[in-house]
Amino acid sequence: MGKELNLETMTAEYVDVLKELGNIGAGNAMTALAQLLNCKVDMQVPQVRLLEFKDVGTIIGGEEQIVAGIYLAVEGDITGSIMFLLAKDSARYLVSKLMGMQVSEEFGEMEISALMEIGNIITGAYLNSLATITNLKIYPSPPAISLDMAGAILSVPAIQFGTLGDKILLIQSQFMDEIKLDGYFIMVPDIESYTKILTSLGVV
Amino acid sequence: MSEIIKVGMADLKVCKSPNGVTTLGLGSCVGIAIRDPSTKIGGLAHIMLPDSKAIRNNSNIPKFADTGIEELVKQMVAAGAGRSRLVAKIAGGAQMFAFQNKSDLVRVGERNVMAVKKKLQEMKIPILAEDTGKNYGRTVIFYPETGDFVIRSVGKKDSVI
Repeated sequence: MGKELNLETMTAEYVDVLKELGNIGAGNAMTALAQLLNCKVDMQVPQVRLLEFKDVGTIIGGEEQIVAGIYLAVEGDITGSIMFLLAKDSARYLVSKLMGMQVSEEFGEMEISALMEIGNIITGAYLNSLATITNLKIYPSPPAISLDMAGAILSVPAIQFGTLGDKILLIQSQFMDEIKLDGYFIMVPDIESYTKILTSLGVV
Repeated sequence: MSEIIKVGMADLKVCKSPNGVTTLGLGSCVGIAIRDPSTKIGGLAHIMLPDSKAIRNNSNIPKFADTGIEELVKQMVAAGAGRSRLVAKIAGGAQMFAFQNKSDLVRVGERNVMAVKKKLQEMKIPILAEDTGKNYGRTVIFYPETGDFVIRSVGKKDSVI
């Protein structure tokens, strides 16, 4: 096992475990979001997908769709990174809600830092639940943010997955407030961390 | 009627004038456009990682700078392009996120650009123009008829290199 583990050869059982972790993480993240915005947020069952690189553009409305990506490095017992991706409209809606005012087409410095905070809280909740379940220490770095074409932003986690195999593991969480919002989590543990996560759960 | 052929992530395509090739939303990946000005055969590769030899699981040829460029040239020559006439233009290799920690992974855009340049130099294919680095995504469209390499970014005017 060990270094031989990759996403191509991973058995269905492992993929299921990672999916379940994704579900729980996304659920916690949405709870945190509801608390932050002080409103009820309904979430549909997250969809976990293994996507080929060439199909990465099919999510979130195409490669050129403008999205907000919030990206954190993860350290501790496991290493890697996590990204939270939001369609720009969803991002604008959340920021307006958090700041209690309408946000214009272009994001200013205030809007960007509000968005970073939202991303920080959401990914923090996600990682916390992962840490609790696996009993592993997981420390996120401060977040970095980018508003750009989906393809360009997704290239960053895709490249990290590219060192493991030819697919990207994606957790899509659609959540509803007054409007439907589309968010995606992309967790990229490095290969040793996959084994650690699975070992800690007694799967390997 | 001309058409624009789409190239995905870790993908490559060959085309002939009047057709063009495009790849959408290049981030840290690099797009390599190669052309034979005489036959007007062109091609575009969208690579993700610098070096196939650094990775065990390396069967995906278009994913890497070294194997991707080799394969693109091979397919272009098979389509009738003159190996000695080939010229290249490159774009992409951005650093999408600003991290304090300058690890190798964060700087993968820069490493991709370096690997592409090295491979093209090795294969004696001159680079006529480039638009690389910085911190934003790029959509590129390449027209083998003229050699125009159109670059489109969010909030910027299109540029042609």
